Amino acid sequence: MEWIKKMLEGDKRACAKLITAAENNPEKAEKIIREIHTHTGHAHIVGITGPPGAGKSTLTDKVVKSLVDEGKRVGIIAVDPTSPYSGGSILGDRIRMQDLALNPNVFIRSMGTRGYLGGLSKYTKNALKILDAAGYDYIIIETVGVGQSEVDIVKIADTILMVMVPGLGDDIQSIKAGIMEIGDIFVINKSDLFGADRTATEVNMMLDLTMDMKRRPPVVKVVAVKNEGIDNLIKEIKSHIEYLEESGQLEKRRKNNMKLEVVELIETELRKIVISHTDKENKLDGRVAEVYNKEKNIYEVRDEFLRAIKN
Amino acid sequence: MLNNEELSKIKTARENWEEKVLNKTLEKSPESKEEFRSVSGATVERLYTPEDVADIDYVEEIGYPGQYPFTRGCQPTMYRGKNWTMRMYAGFATAEESNERYKYLVSQGSTGLSVAFDLPTQIGYDSDHSLAQGEVGKVGVAIDSLKDMEILFDGIPLDKVSTSMTINAPAAVLLAMYIAVGEKQGVSADKLRGTIQNDILKEYIARGTYIFPTEPSMRLITNIFEYCSKEVPKWNTISISGYHIREAGSTAAQEVGFTLADGIAYVEAAIKAGLDVDTFAPRLSFFFNSHNDLFEEVAKFRAARRLWAKIMKERFHAKSEKSMMLKFHTQTAGCTLTAQQPDNNIIRVAMQALAAVLGGTQSLHTNSRDEALALPTTDSVTIALRTQQIIASETGVTNTIDPLAGSYFVEAKTKEIEDKAMEYISKIDDLGGAARAIDFGYIQKEISDSAYKYQMEIESLDRIVVGVNKYQVKEESPKGLLRVDPIVGEMQTKKIQDVKSARNNDAVKSRLEALRTACQGTENVMPFILDAVREYATLGEICQIMRDVFGEYEQAVLL
Amino acid sequence: MSKIIRVLVAKPGLDGHDRGAKVIARALRDAGMEVIYTGLRQTPEQIVAAAIQEDVDVVGMSLLSGAHNYLFPRVVELLKEQGADDILVIGGGVIPDDDIPNLKEAGIAEIFTPGTTTSEMIEFIKNNIKDN
Repeated sequence: MEWIKKMLEGDKRACAKLITAAENNPEKAEKIIREIHTHTGHAHIVGITGPPGAGKSTLTDKVVKSLVDEGKRVGIIAVDPTSPYSGGSILGDRIRMQDLALNPNVFIRSMGTRGYLGGLSKYTKNALKILDAAGYDYIIIETVGVGQSEVDIVKIADTILMVMVPGLGDDIQSIKAGIMEIGDIFVINKSDLFGADRTATEVNMMLDLTMDMKRRPPVVKVVAVKNEGIDNLIKEIKSHIEYLEESGQLEKRRKNNMKLEVVELIETELRKIVISHTDKENKLDGRVAEVYNKEKNIYEVRDEFLRAIKN
Repeated sequence: MLNNEELSKIKTARENWEEKVLNKTLEKSPESKEEFRSVSGATVERLYTPEDVADIDYVEEIGYPGQYPFTRGCQPTMYRGKNWTMRMYAGFATAEESNERYKYLVSQGSTGLSVAFDLPTQIGYDSDHSLAQGEVGKVGVAIDSLKDMEILFDGIPLDKVSTSMTINAPAAVLLAMYIAVGEKQGVSADKLRGTIQNDILKEYIARGTYIFPTEPSMRLITNIFEYCSKEVPKWNTISISGYHIREAGSTAAQEVGFTLADGIAYVEAAIKAGLDVDTFAPRLSFFFNSHNDLFEEVAKFRAARRLWAKIMKERFHAKSEKSMMLKFHTQTAGCTLTAQQPDNNIIRVAMQALAAVLGGTQSLHTNSRDEALALPTTDSVTIALRTQQIIASETGVTNTIDPLAGSYFVEAKTKEIEDKAMEYISKIDDLGGAARAIDFGYIQKEISDSAYKYQMEIESLDRIVVGVNKYQVKEESPKGLLRVDPIVGEMQTKKIQDVKSARNNDAVKSRLEALRTACQGTENVMPFILDAVREYATLGEICQIMRDVFGEYEQAVLL
Repeated sequence: MSKIIRVLVAKPGLDGHDRGAKVIARALRDAGMEVIYTGLRQTPEQIVAAAIQEDVDVVGMSLLSGAHNYLFPRVVELLKEQGADDILVIGGGVIPDDDIPNLKEAGIAEIFTPGTTTSEMIEFIKNNIKDN
């Protein structure tokens, strides 16, 4: 594909076209990923997640500006939920980042979750790989922390920023216990607001209660709108990268994620085989009728299908 | 309002009517719709009776004009004493052309000026800025320096007119220029009368001509409150605007709720800055929309007056009755104007203007028929002005005060809108005030939800817009629209160059640096802006200093 | 799986009236499209950069300030420069009929004036996007 060649040369339009292709067409996606694989693995992937209204886009904007000022190239993937009713979505994260749009070292892409209810789709993963191959030093993936996405983000990001703000109701209580474990850095945004200290204290207390942590995540206070505390946050991101590399966690984490990915790919293919067998001549309906009439039990039916598949 | 015995008599009579009269009719011919709704989507009952107003205490809640809670109006004699100010919003192209339009309007009986600025001016860019390209002089007059302001008011004695300026983020700069023009005319600041819009919160919510972040913007606003209370005492320092909130698609109750919530934020900011409520509150003014639903609009104006009076008295413990009066300017609803059959807009504007007068407005702008197509021509503006003059002189609606008071329907709706608006205010209080509710996108989301619903109703024909989704005709393209010559941009650029070469550039530089220091500190910036303006520092130069120190606002959108 | 139509909804220039843009964004979403909303005060350069990175099928611009004769054609021009003239460009707002022929000549596929329904716009997009 000529787009791949251009993408590897740094062409943004090519990069964008490939992401679209990988998003819409599984065969094209596979072809692209096969071809670019050897070019991936260089980018550091930062996930930014948190509740709506936490100011994630503004934070992303400021973090990216700071990285770009250091001469880094940064890709951004901003994920918003797709409407389950229409399949459409409004992707509004660019609003806070549009002054980065013209920076030659920045690429911003908005994506809908498309059918992966609240979660990150495999399209997101493909887009990430394409940006990685395109040579971006950092890739920031911003997701709304509702439903599945904050758990999914572990499967693709190296460093995860959990963003919170004071006064969004009883935020800390509503944060599921699992989330405390996935955050690598806790960011209290809008920390000039009343209640910021309390929120920080509460996060620290929760962290103290969370056992078996190899590394205690730092809690960083920022005011993204005013660009306050961003330097400190960047320092913490870098220190996390250092930790990941020195402890061997980076390799471990990535290998673990690759394992999950491979298993998922195998499962997808196996499911296709299963469906092709069970759908053939309405076989499944016939067997289910037998189960219903107590002629067979479900395990007998399973074994019959497995035998047929193996043959 | 009535005792129990009378009420139960009325109730029995109603039940009797329903059974013997109404139900028979309904059986034979049902009503055309199951539900009747106002423009805002509020339910409207078949009939309102004394039962609907039974809980309203006349003396406490309705009372008398010129007396708390001002439901019936701010002045004791209302239009019997003096008509509302007929204030036509105008301005386009250059200061020269706009000056001509103002003089024409005054000659035709307009009683107040209202300046429309172009977008670069409103956002603090000079006409030669790259972002001003294509925008100079388009939606209003381009003002780059005191020079333009001198031309704009040439031959208009500032001690004789009251001038309203629709300017927000750079309001301090334009006010300073106005003061400086006054000085040149020999009119001292304490004689100047007028209003600056100066309402940044609704810019964040609905209108979009913001520059600085919330905190420094609120400081500029309170600086103006303080400065004017001493130096320009007859000036209305803010016009807290629901107009644009409504234009963005809100309901009537949202318009009141969100506008008064903004008002609360300004009062709180000023009190926090150390001002006594009764020194600045009498100079707060409001600006509302007048939409299509006549009775709902009248109820809205009355509800807003009553609610604000209660807020000022109970929440802020104002002592002066002047602090409790909600005085407002009204503009007919631009969003109701149609590009189709534009002459129909004359009728719409007339009804909306009537609502504003029945609602007790202090001043009024009537839109022109061609404004869905372009800026209005002189002919169109004249018809719009005549509409007001006909209401004032021919209809007789000004003869008595608050003529719709006591209507069961209007009183019930007044109460309903007041209650709904108060619910929004409480919700915003829970979120931490208007500024934070805007930051979270709450207010914007509520408005765009209403706007979307409204549009879908039009598309499904649940809502009829004459000439648009019903009674359409094949139309020719309208002729003779006002066009702003693109050359205006070049002319302004030339003028800026001339000003810059004629002025004392060292003085400008030192004044701007003094302003920078003031911005970095906590002093009132008004005197520093005035000093810079007098030396012909441009609007863009002054705003750039403030941009450097204050930063820029980032829009919050929740879709 | 059929391709999801992606639309950039942009407010070029300094005009802050976004009621129309927001209503349209929602209507397009409800018609199953992915809408990228850029917010206010976009320069033509920013709009084009976003259109390219987001690989949209359509750029829709809304403008009420009267600066359309400058800003709309400029966007088309810049898209062309970047080889992205396959993107459908449409515009709407307070635009006098007399201006429309020139705008179309400049490459804006359609101008939607006040009173247009969102369904007309959706139809137009579906019928006119280029397949690639």
